[in-house]
Amino acid sequence: MTPTSSSELTAATAPGPIAQNAIRPRRGRAVAITLLRKIGAALVVLWGAATVAFFAQLALPGDRATTILNIRAGQAQARTPEELAQINQQYGLTKPVIVQYLDYLRGLVSGDFGTSYQQYRPVTAVIGEQLGSTLTLSLTAIAFAWLIMVVWVTLTAGRGPRLAAFGSTVDVVTAGLPAYWLGIILLLVFGLGLHWFPIISGSSPAGIVLPALTLAIPLAGFMAQSVRTEFERSLDQPFVLSARMRGMGEWGIRLRHVLRHAVIPAVTLSGWALGATLSGAVIVESIFSRPGIGSVLVSAVNAQDLPVVTGIVTLVAVVYVAANLIVDVVYTVIDPRLELT
Amino acid sequence: MTALGTPPSPAAAPVRPTLATRLGRVPWGLVLAVAFAVLLLVAVIAPQALTTHLPTAIDYQAALQQPSLAHPFGTDESGRDLYTRVIWGARDSLTIGLGAAAVSVGLALVLGTLAALGVKPVAVVIDRFVEILFAFPALLLALLLIAIAGPSAATQVFAVGIGTAPGYARMIRGQILGARNSGYVEAATALGHSRWRILRAHILPNALRPLVAVFALSIGQSIVWASSLSFLGLGVAPPASEWGALLDAGRQYLTTAWWLVVIPGLVIVAVALAATTIGRHIQARLEKGERS
Repeated sequence: MTPTSSSELTAATAPGPIAQNAIRPRRGRAVAITLLRKIGAALVVLWGAATVAFFAQLALPGDRATTILNIRAGQAQARTPEELAQINQQYGLTKPVIVQYLDYLRGLVSGDFGTSYQQYRPVTAVIGEQLGSTLTLSLTAIAFAWLIMVVWVTLTAGRGPRLAAFGSTVDVVTAGLPAYWLGIILLLVFGLGLHWFPIISGSSPAGIVLPALTLAIPLAGFMAQSVRTEFERSLDQPFVLSARMRGMGEWGIRLRHVLRHAVIPAVTLSGWALGATLSGAVIVESIFSRPGIGSVLVSAVNAQDLPVVTGIVTLVAVVYVAANLIVDVVYTVIDPRLELT
Repeated sequence: MTALGTPPSPAAAPVRPTLATRLGRVPWGLVLAVAFAVLLLVAVIAPQALTTHLPTAIDYQAALQQPSLAHPFGTDESGRDLYTRVIWGARDSLTIGLGAAAVSVGLALVLGTLAALGVKPVAVVIDRFVEILFAFPALLLALLLIAIAGPSAATQVFAVGIGTAPGYARMIRGQILGARNSGYVEAATALGHSRWRILRAHILPNALRPLVAVFALSIGQSIVWASSLSFLGLGVAPPASEWGALLDAGRQYLTTAWWLVVIPGLVIVAVALAATTIGRHIQARLEKGERS
C-alpha cells in the first residue's frame, strides 16, 4: 500500500506545490463569493420567518384590540370605544397593515419583539429572563448526546454482525423515543425510585442531569445512525490498514483515526441538533417543572399571547438558521474538497 | 488432487436449512409490526370486541389499582379500566395520526412538485417558502398554529400536518429533481417524447414511489407529535381517551400510579416503532426492486 492512497483528498485537490499556489488566490475569491451567497440566503430565510411571524399575529380571528383585551381579562366581554382606542394606540393597530409590517421588521432589527398581550412587558424581557436556563439545558444535552454517541458507536460499530445489528437497532429505537415518555421513565427510575436526582429540576447542577438526558438520548441515537455508517466505512479504508501495519492497536485506530472521520456527519447535524433540543425543551421543561422559554411558550400558547409565541418561535428559527450558517461557513473555509459555486 | 481442483460435490449443494436457520431468517420485527398493526385496526373498528369494560365505566371502589388479571393495565383515579381506555383511545389517536400524515404528505407533495417542476418564478418562490418554513422546528410551527386557532382535535391534525410538511416537501423535491436529471429521462427526451409524457410516464412514477414508505413513516411520527401536543394540554382534552391525553391526565398521579403514564406511553412507542419498521421494510423492498 503506497502512502498516497491513504487519503484521496490531498491527491485530488493538491496536484503539487506549484499548482496549489496558482489555485489559491482564485479559491480565496470563490470562498468569499460562496460565503456572501450563503449569508444572503440565510438573511432571506430570516426575513421570511419574520414575515410568517407577523402574519401569524394578524391571523387571530376577530377584532384585534378586542381580542387583546379579552386575553388580558381572561374572558370575552363587550368593550367600550375608549378601551379599544387605548389598545389601538399602544399597538398601532389603526395604521395600514404595510406600515405595521415595516414597523415590526424595524423593531426586530433593533431587538424589539413587541409587547406581550398578557404581561404588559416587552417580549424580549419575558424571553430574556428565561433564555439562559433553556440554553444551558440545550447545550448540556448536546454535550451528553455527543458523549453517549461516541462511546456507544466506538464500542459497537464494526464488531461482527451480531453486535453491529444490536448497536444499530438500539440507535433506531432510541432515536424514535418520544421525549415525554423517556423523561417520565427517567424521572420514575432515577428520581422517584433511586433518589439519585431531584424530581423538580430547579437550577441546581444535579437537577439538569435528567432533563438533559431526556433530550440527549434520542439525539444520540439519531446522530449514531449516520456516524455508525461512516465509522464502518472508514474501518475498511486503506489508512486503517496502514495503521495496523505500523502496529497500532485496535483502540488506537478506532479513537485516533476512524472516529475523526466518522463524526463529520454529526458535526453537520449541529445546527439541527440545536433546533431540536430547543424545541424539545418545550416538553422536557414541562415534565421536570423547569423554568425556561419552553414553559413560557406553553403558557403563552394557552393564553393566545401571540407576541410571546411568535417571539420565541422566531428566536429559535434565528438560532437554527445561524447555527446552520456557521456550520456551512466553517465547512466551506476548512474543507477544500467542497465544490464552490 | 489439489484443493483448488476439487469440484463442489453435488450432494452438498442443496443443504436443507435447519429449523433454527429458517426461524432466524423470518423478519421477526416485521411480523410483530404487522400483527400489531392488525390489532390496532381491530381496536379502531370494533373496540368492544377487545374489551370487557366500558371506557367511561366509573368504579371508585377500584380506583388507582395496579395492573392485575382483572385490570391488565391497572385503573385510573376514577376506577376506569386503563386497558379499555387505551383500546378505545386507539380510534382518536390513529385518526389524528392518519389525518395529520395525510395533510403533511399531501401538502408536501404539492409544494415539492411545484418547487421542482413549476415554471421558474413559481418554483423559486415555493422553494424559498419551504426553506423558510423548514427553519421552524415542527413542534414550534405546530404550537404557533394552535396559538392562533385554539386547541382542538382539528387544529391538532392541521398543526402536526403543516408542522411536519416542510421536511417531506424538501425530500420530494429532491426525488423529482433526481429523476429529472437521470439517464432514462435524457433518453426519453432524445426520443422526442413530449414534456407531459415524460413527466407522467417517467419522472412522477419514479420520484413518487418512495412516497408509500414516507407515508408509513409519517404516520408514526404524526402520532408521536400529536400526542406530544395533548401531553402539553394543547390537543384533545380529557375525557377523550386519546393516548396523549391519557398521559397528560396520568401525570398528576405519577408518584402513586406509574402505570397511568408508563403504559399509554409504551403503546405510543410501540405504534411509532411498528410504523417505522413497516415503512423501512417498504423502502428496502422498493430499493431492491429498482436495482434488479
